[in-house]
Amino acid sequence: MRDNIYITLIGIIAPLSLLSVGGGQSVLPEMHRQIVELHGYISEAQFLADYTISRMNPGPTSLIVALIGWQVAGWWGAVVTTISIFVPSSILVLLLARIWARSRGAAWQIAVERGLAPLAAGLILASTVTLARGLSGGWLSVVITLLSTLAMTLTRLSPLWVIGGGAVMFLVLGG
Amino acid sequence: MWAVWRMLGIILAGRCWVLSSESTEAAPRVQASLWELFLAFAKLGSTSFGGGLTGWMMRDIVGRRAWMSEEEFLTGLAMAQALPGVNVVNLPLWIGYRIAGLPGALVSAAGVIFPSAGILTMMAVGYSFLSRYPQTKLAFAGAAAAAIGLSGAMGLRAAKRQVRKLVPAVILALTFVAVGVLRLPMLAVLAVLAPISIGFAYDEARH
Repeated sequence: MRDNIYITLIGIIAPLSLLSVGGGQSVLPEMHRQIVELHGYISEAQFLADYTISRMNPGPTSLIVALIGWQVAGWWGAVVTTISIFVPSSILVLLLARIWARSRGAAWQIAVERGLAPLAAGLILASTVTLARGLSGGWLSVVITLLSTLAMTLTRLSPLWVIGGGAVMFLVLGG
Repeated sequence: MWAVWRMLGIILAGRCWVLSSESTEAAPRVQASLWELFLAFAKLGSTSFGGGLTGWMMRDIVGRRAWMSEEEFLTGLAMAQALPGVNVVNLPLWIGYRIAGLPGALVSAAGVIFPSAGILTMMAVGYSFLSRYPQTKLAFAGAAAAAIGLSGAMGLRAAKRQVRKLVPAVILALTFVAVGVLRLPMLAVLAVLAPISIGFAYDEARH
């Protein structure tokens, strides 16, 4: 069994890499279906705990696959699932980056760069709203988010101070 | 723990110098060694609590280190989001490639992934202990709310430059409303708005 658990994990995770359009969140339901419902590798509660932890973790939420791999097949399981979620999509990005570097300065490229900038700015603002929607804690969370946006727009404070401040504010006012 | 990351970085850097002799087409425009790239992204990946990693990257790579222009960064971001994959990994790949070719891309992605994966497994161990205290949940909720502010601040900063002209301002507003408010699928929104925006930029450059 131990020989092919890795292959099974690769078979589950690697396709999800190419399906994860718009960020790792989009493949979580499918991951849940395969890991918990189909194969029963980990329990429902364990999956939820993994999700909570990987959301708190700095860095990509998709690293939830590392936790799952670790729980299913130990350290090598974690390595295998981490590589599986990142490699297939990374190859695509690298191919595009290569094409980009080769035609540096072409008129179409300058137009694409200028044209994409307002879209990307809109996407950052949209993701701010989406993230804020997902917060628990009601109005206090919204107030903290707004205050922190102001603080980071108007001052040169390190974000870590602002985030620490948010944690303290919530402890004091939300408890 | 730090020593382990450092060693990992040195090993990676060594490996990638070998690779770098093969790919010379991406001429580096700024001076940043592979080790610096790895460290920068390792720091981003392991300190950016709260899920606003993109905001942290923009603040650090464009603002503090000035490794690339804001426009270059935003292009990379749009690409990273449109392609499949995790955009917080796609973006370092793109930025790293821009700065130091294929080796740069690989060390940047490794920097975001591996230290963070290490922290994650440690957190998994610590979480069962900490989750017994209700304060843990409160502190994390507050930190998460504040962390989103960074994303907001970076969004405002990027927007400030784009709203000086009418068409980019309208495109920005439409993107925001479609994705953020109406919650339409991002890819569909990009598929409609990107050609219009790029066409406008192309037309404007010719005049």
